Amino acid sequence: MSNLLDNVFGLSGQALDVWQRRSEVIASNIANADTPDYKARDVDFRQVLQQASGEPSQSLALSTPTPGQLTVTSESADALKYRVPLQPSMDGNTVDAQAEQSAFASNMVHYQASLSFINSTIQQLRLAINGGGQS
Amino acid sequence: MSLMKIFDTAGSGMSAESLRLNTVASNLANADSVSSSPNTAYKAKELMFAPLLQQQSGVAAGDASANVGVRMAGVTESQQPVESHYEPGNPMADANGFVYGSNVNPIDELVNMISASRSYQNNVEVMNTTKQLMIKTINLGS
Repeated sequence: MSNLLDNVFGLSGQALDVWQRRSEVIASNIANADTPDYKARDVDFRQVLQQASGEPSQSLALSTPTPGQLTVTSESADALKYRVPLQPSMDGNTVDAQAEQSAFASNMVHYQASLSFINSTIQQLRLAINGGGQS
Repeated sequence: MSLMKIFDTAGSGMSAESLRLNTVASNLANADSVSSSPNTAYKAKELMFAPLLQQQSGVAAGDASANVGVRMAGVTESQQPVESHYEPGNPMADANGFVYGSNVNPIDELVNMISASRSYQNNVEVMNTTKQLMIKTINLGS
């Protein structure tokens, strides 16, 4: 029973986590839009979700036989990537307000999508439990 | 709930931008102040922003650096020369009859004001969207 409920939301729960983290990073970029020398960053969604879901990537992983050896995933997947500036400014700031706004908007739409997937799963479960008699 | 951290980040951005707006207001209010010597004349003030790293114990290194607010690193004074006017009748005039005005450039200040208010609006929008999504998440399954 617990196994069934663990996987009931599939990847949506993990995706929700990653969208949440990405919105944090973009909020930081927007807050620092006027900070000199601040470099805008972003989350590589595909890589982080792949790591969160525990799925092996397509390419062969680096083998780490010695304990304490650095692994590829631990170094790269969790780290934030720096954005390539379209219009670099003289004070060293690479935040593009319009790009960040659109990234934040699309990120929040994706968050809502994951949320509604979870919501519909809950409604389906409720329907199955009640047998359609009452919702 | 990690969406809560966005409130801290956007809040720090809003307070920084409102400080900037405050500085602009001070500079514009003192644009016509006069003084009896160049040293005591009003100099336009400018803010310096710096990233605010939120170090929290028990959080992975990647997570701690994901959330960066903004803080005020200090206030600098404009180094532009102050204007002197010949006004012998002014009670503030020095021995030669000169008074010294401020070095505030109103155009710079107005541009600064527009930029600060736009950035403030951006942060408000982030906070508003986050609030709506948090309410949606809380109401999940109803």
